[in-house]
Amino acid sequence: MKRHLVSAGDLTHDDAVLVLDTAVQLAAIADRPVKKLPTLRGRTVVNLFFEDSTRTRISFEAAAKRLSADVINFAAKGSSVSKGESLKDTAMTLEAMGADAVVLRHHASGAPYQLANSGWISSVVINAGDGTHEHPTQALLDAFTMRRHLKNDTGDLSGLRVAIVGDVLHSRVARSNVLLLNTLGATPVLVAPPTLLPVGVESWPAEISYDLDSVLPTVDVVMMLRVQQERMQAAFFPSSAEYSRRYGLDRRRFELLPDHAIVMHPGPMNRGVEITADVADCDRSVIVEQVANGVAARMAVLYLLLGGSQPPTSEESA
Amino acid sequence: MSERPEIGGPVESEAPFAARTVMSADDIRRALSRIAHEIDERTKGADVVLVGIATRGVPLATRLAAKLGEVQGRTVPVGELDITLHRDDLRLKPARPLLPTRLPEGGIDGTTVVLVDDVLFSGRTVRAALDALSELGRPQVVQLAVLVDRGHRELPIRADYVGKNLPTSLRESVRVRLAEVDGTDSVTLSGDPAGVGE
Repeated sequence: MKRHLVSAGDLTHDDAVLVLDTAVQLAAIADRPVKKLPTLRGRTVVNLFFEDSTRTRISFEAAAKRLSADVINFAAKGSSVSKGESLKDTAMTLEAMGADAVVLRHHASGAPYQLANSGWISSVVINAGDGTHEHPTQALLDAFTMRRHLKNDTGDLSGLRVAIVGDVLHSRVARSNVLLLNTLGATPVLVAPPTLLPVGVESWPAEISYDLDSVLPTVDVVMMLRVQQERMQAAFFPSSAEYSRRYGLDRRRFELLPDHAIVMHPGPMNRGVEITADVADCDRSVIVEQVANGVAARMAVLYLLLGGSQPPTSEESA
Repeated sequence: MSERPEIGGPVESEAPFAARTVMSADDIRRALSRIAHEIDERTKGADVVLVGIATRGVPLATRLAAKLGEVQGRTVPVGELDITLHRDDLRLKPARPLLPTRLPEGGIDGTTVVLVDDVLFSGRTVRAALDALSELGRPQVVQLAVLVDRGHRELPIRADYVGKNLPTSLRESVRVRLAEVDGTDSVTLSGDPAGVGE
């Protein structure tokens, strides 16, 4: 396993299954009276967030605290970054304070890669979402949730078809999921209006469709993506009403799914745009569970990257 | 738990001295039967839960529970405990995969927990197990049963039930094989007791 987690593509098949297996054991902690383990006592995890986030930051914070790490939260707002400090200087400040891991959320795609490979700092770098690039821990928690519901918590995701619907262009969740689903043997199906698919998407290891109704009966999982208005500087579709009529998941489309299929959403949801409230709250929607699983998946990543003298070697993870 | 490479105990395949069998399958069976009877006698009808320490403590706990169940005419609950996250030597090695921790339905609050492991050596595994146990509940009493006690304690810990006391040198390594994990039942001792092989 690599020392940093920058991209979902950094994980081999065995690495990914090991993270999921580890997360299964760590998820059980949530049911105990004492939700705390001494494993990372004395280690410092810095949440370095240059972009707004609720669930990812809280999830990483909860994960680190359950493993007894010390957590320092850093939000760019109200910090020296607003005075013009560079990523390099901020990172070197954290290094001087003795951070063992930096969890980085940044609006610039590639910032975690830069931090991990620049030699500025010696700590482990975990990508918590960079621009429109990747969000690997989200892909891991999504894979964990799919495996729990459809594969009985064991092995990989081979044979599953997963529809990823909506704003693929701006979605780091979609990129990381496409990579990880391929690694784990599942087939991603991207469904979006042509304007919301990135250039070169035909080279991705995924099927592509513009017609949601024809895809839904063939999939085991449907993952709705948020329409990211804040990243849209141009008109990608005529109106949100038209978008939801073509690509929104409503009760009628939900009925097209096979009986075992589950509905996922990385959050935050735009209720009434990409998903209707009755589908988001139905019993086959695992959206709230995804949040709980996020803590377990991030605990697994923190444990595997920080718990030992180095990440597990392939021999050990076999 | 039976090997500590940092001590420099030779790896079995490189050892100049062949592995010697110190307990056969029958010896293991007899030792477990005796321990089951001792547990029955010492716990005096208390609410006993057997908790195996992963990996090989788990099949041992299951076997002991079956024997104790025969003696007491009831089903003895069994749990399994993975102590990886509580180890004090985690940072000396690459991160290790985790194994399941499961407790019997009724939990362990107010019960007599007998921890079960294959080899008692430094006592550090048992220390970690006691920590792990305290996060899962509050047993009335905790006892320890081991198949082999090889000495060389580094912590003030002793076993309540011992299958076999095995005086060893730090250069030797004890290997327990159990049918459920290794396909066969045996305890072997290998390595160079006097250090003349170096």
